[in-house]
Amino acid sequence: MEKRVVFNNRWLPYLLVAPQLLVTFVFFFWPAGQAIYQSAFIPDPFGLKTQFVGLGNFEYLFGNRYYLESFSTTAIFSVLVTVSSMSFALWLAVLADRVIKGSSAYRTLLIWPYAVAPAIAGVLWLFMFNPFTGIIAWMLFQVGYVWNHNLDGGQAMALVVAASAWKQISYNFLFFLAGLQAIPKSVIEAAAIDGASFWRRFWTIIFPLLSPTTFFLLVVNVIYAFFDTFGVIHTITQGGPQQSTTILVYKVFADGFVGQDLGSSAAQSVVLLVLVGILTVVQFRFIERRVHY
Amino acid sequence: MSGMVEKRGYGTWLTHAALIVGIAVICFPIWIAFVASTVTQEELIRPPMPLLPGPHFFDNYLEALLTGGVAPVWQMLLNSLVMALGITIGKIIISLLSAYAIVYFKFRFRMLFFWLIFMTLMLPVEVRIVPTYEVVASLGLLNSYTGLILPLIASATATFLFRQLFMTIPDELTEAARVDGAGPVRFFIDILLPMSRTNIAALFVILFIYGWNQYLWPLLITTDPSMNTVIMGIKQMLPTGDQTVEWPVIMATAMLAMLPPVLVVVGMQKLFVKGLVESEK
Repeated sequence: MEKRVVFNNRWLPYLLVAPQLLVTFVFFFWPAGQAIYQSAFIPDPFGLKTQFVGLGNFEYLFGNRYYLESFSTTAIFSVLVTVSSMSFALWLAVLADRVIKGSSAYRTLLIWPYAVAPAIAGVLWLFMFNPFTGIIAWMLFQVGYVWNHNLDGGQAMALVVAASAWKQISYNFLFFLAGLQAIPKSVIEAAAIDGASFWRRFWTIIFPLLSPTTFFLLVVNVIYAFFDTFGVIHTITQGGPQQSTTILVYKVFADGFVGQDLGSSAAQSVVLLVLVGILTVVQFRFIERRVHY
Repeated sequence: MSGMVEKRGYGTWLTHAALIVGIAVICFPIWIAFVASTVTQEELIRPPMPLLPGPHFFDNYLEALLTGGVAPVWQMLLNSLVMALGITIGKIIISLLSAYAIVYFKFRFRMLFFWLIFMTLMLPVEVRIVPTYEVVASLGLLNSYTGLILPLIASATATFLFRQLFMTIPDELTEAARVDGAGPVRFFIDILLPMSRTNIAALFVILFIYGWNQYLWPLLITTDPSMNTVIMGIKQMLPTGDQTVEWPVIMATAMLAMLPPVLVVVGMQKLFVKGLVESEK
């Protein structure tokens, strides 16, 4: 799309884009370039000079058991976060959509977790599940289940998934509610007159009509689980126990800052860069399509 | 409302009951945190902890605000506020300007610039964390507000949003302004800005929350406790080997850290929903 009417000015447009371009170059292209450059080198053991290894860092990465495990950890984590958060949110949205009185009060009570930082969500859930003093850990102990996410990888994963999904419920709820309210009521009423029960109507009519929203949220939630959950992991498990919650973004940080393995960290950055690129393209393809609905 | 086609009675009550259960599940972690911030450490380390607030609200919050962990929480809140506002205002200004240039001017490299900016969409700071840290360190910006803010204001989302908005503003308006002798600067200030008011406000809400909730970046670049933000500062307070900070103080800090963004979301709900839906388009 182009504007018919434009202003003519020799230098003003450059002046206007300059601040953003400057920031973009210094804090985006320069570091991204650095990441690609560094991914082709390894520092010698004394850190005095670096040695060119070409794609060696990548070869090493993809032959490294821990890195491959981190991929599957990320996949499991993202699927669990996405599915649990979206299904709970959809259930709430369906309920809120059926309510006539007080729906705005319900909405207010459901949207605020959006504002809670992932790191704070981590602290809250860590507190409830603290193996020695946490209220839920204590309740579980009363029914004979021992909770210690510092030792049990499965429990650690469950906890970071719960905290991450909890924080994302509001977002999914808002979009599902908007999607539900956009469905013409005449369609649903027609089915009701035909005598279809609510859940039958839901699965045969409402859910298919909601599919654009669902697909959109799928992409957004996967991106969230990949990149925005660092705070949750870092506050609750630090990737442990035995790397069982080390997702890719956490590994870039752990190898780069804690392990000081810059070549590997840079190579991981490049891998993630490609992954984000793919996800963004998927998101835009889909959204472009959505505009034409 | 699909309620129209429902039978009244049990169904309605069940719906309300189910919603209340759902909300209770979602609010439970916050309730626990609030209760924990009003009792004493002794009550918390001997499970089960109480489920109703105790009388130590002021003690705990005052201790958090004035003493805190490595830095007092009032200072961390102030740092968070400066960072959040800096990111928000900075993003809005540079995006308004660049979107204006891209939509309303014809100039060489226009599309190239647009794509360069657009590409930043693809790289959250978490991904390029090590090299960005090195760049900021080499510019001597560690432990500074500039270092906290600048790397995070490079983002394409806001530029994109303003571009979309400007595209929908009718050409006749620009034409009329030009006939009246208004130059590009006058047009921008007198017509475009007032017309973008609600969009700017909606974006403000979203970006403020984004800025306030930053974690990894401040964690890396603020080694000086007096520059810590509250979201990362709370992590420093968590017990690691030698326990120093007590849980009620940590939970009071968590409540304080949540309060500003939650107030913004709840208080400006309409703008928030608008901003959210639009910034994802």
